[in-house]
Amino acid sequence: MKINVKHVAKLANLPLSDEEEKKFEKQLSEILTYIEQLNSVDTKNVEITSQITGLENISRDDKTSPSLPQDEALFNTKSIHNGMFKVKKVL
Amino acid sequence: MNYSAYSIKGLRDGFKKRQFSSEWVVKDCLSDIKDNKLNAFITVCEKEALEKAKEADKKIKDGVDLPLLGIPISIKDIYLTKGIRTTAASKVLDNYIPQYSATVVEKLEDAGAIIIGKTNCDAWAHGSSGENSDYGSTENPYLEGYVPGGSSSGSAVSVADNMCFASMGTDTGGSIRLPASFCNVVGLKPTYGRVSRYGIIAMASSLDSIGHFTRYVEESALILSITAGRDMNDATTTNEKVDDYESYLRKDIKGVKIGLPKEYFTEGLDRKIKEGIEKEVKSLEKRGAKIEIISLPNTKHANACYYIIQPAEVSSNLGRYDGIRYGNGRDLFGEEAKRRIMLGTYVLSSGYYDAYYKKAMQARTLIKKDFDDAFKEVDVIITPVSPTLPWKLGEKTSDPLAMYLSDIYTVTANLAGIPGLSVPIGLIDDLPVGMQILGPHFSEGRLFQVGQAVEDSGL
Repeated sequence: MKINVKHVAKLANLPLSDEEEKKFEKQLSEILTYIEQLNSVDTKNVEITSQITGLENISRDDKTSPSLPQDEALFNTKSIHNGMFKVKKVL
Repeated sequence: MNYSAYSIKGLRDGFKKRQFSSEWVVKDCLSDIKDNKLNAFITVCEKEALEKAKEADKKIKDGVDLPLLGIPISIKDIYLTKGIRTTAASKVLDNYIPQYSATVVEKLEDAGAIIIGKTNCDAWAHGSSGENSDYGSTENPYLEGYVPGGSSSGSAVSVADNMCFASMGTDTGGSIRLPASFCNVVGLKPTYGRVSRYGIIAMASSLDSIGHFTRYVEESALILSITAGRDMNDATTTNEKVDDYESYLRKDIKGVKIGLPKEYFTEGLDRKIKEGIEKEVKSLEKRGAKIEIISLPNTKHANACYYIIQPAEVSSNLGRYDGIRYGNGRDLFGEEAKRRIMLGTYVLSSGYYDAYYKKAMQARTLIKKDFDDAFKEVDVIITPVSPTLPWKLGEKTSDPLAMYLSDIYTVTANLAGIPGLSVPIGLIDDLPVGMQILGPHFSEGRLFQVGQAVEDSGL
């Protein structure tokens, strides 16, 4: 299996060096070849499992509780403007 | 004075009888940590632990009785601890100070435990050897130059080498059971949803289980009776009653039906490990357990299934690390995290989802069904933890696929959501070996019952 490392890295927002790109292409192809053995399993009409203990529609009590105060919420960031997180322009 | 020979129960008795104080025990642990060269800790909480010990001693004097009052424990550095740096062993979080603690940390502190430090691990819990930490590898306490197993490497070592009396870890594909086996300690992976994940840095959310390391089975039962239960902050925790785990320790194993899955004892397994397990099983049989050979036919697909689901969920969970609200940029992810993010992003990308992730979730159903069917016939299943003995540091670091294959006997429990207990069965060629006991959902009490019998076998 061939993997387009540059494209996937872009999707994952992951900066990779040229050397890493080369190394990962080989390693990830090997791993993909290994996991593709799953193709031999007959899964026709088999349901998927995403929640293993079978819980459904779990909701918390509809009560409000205090959230983090502003100064605590901002405690770990280096990127503040007027008491808010400063982010790069999105649009 | 050295307190390492004491069990948790022994320490509590000593405190009550004023033979020694929590402060003395904590000081002893801190000095052992300082002298230790195995790199088990990322952060040592010397000042906080000593303060807490003094408070505990005062409470003991006042007659306060709590199950872990004054007992020093360590916590994998992937649990948030309010005001104490939490790195997940990654430089991405090198400077991250959490504003709140994990539910489990609060429960342990409410039970009187003293957090002595945050333990080293594979970064983001990605690894089977403890070598993927951005803060250096941890080493096996039994033989120089060997891996302690991962990802909860420092937690296992901190208990095995007497730097504390219990340690919290996480197990997504074997990260508690494997290092427990490699370091000669007891390791529990509880049922998925038995223990709250709130405040613990997520790896693969449908698989992550929150468990612990102790030196004795009875201590494993004690810790679970504190950590288990419903948490409104984790919707996967259930209302299922928390069992009286310690009551199982004294039940004898007469009539307990034990299954040995033939798929776990095939050629890939080290012959000496196989013999060690057979000896333990014989001993259980002599004491009245009924042994049956069973089949879990989808075992051979489990690792491939796991290495799709897990990286897929990893890539999604690690998406939040943008370096804006906390932590550093994505360029600081280590090699293994990058590999898993890439693999996960690929299998979830447009056009591939059905072929990989959906297929794996279907295979997961088949693997779970294998166990459901087996547990109609037997009470517990016994298997090896690892196909091999601990390996040398550096031996598998350049071959990620070889490293992944060391998880083949442990990932099945995470895929099926069932509990697993790793108990020591002795040393082979100077290296520790563990045996895995698996049971149906919420059967931890039964695992402790069989685990205690293994501990008592005297082999």
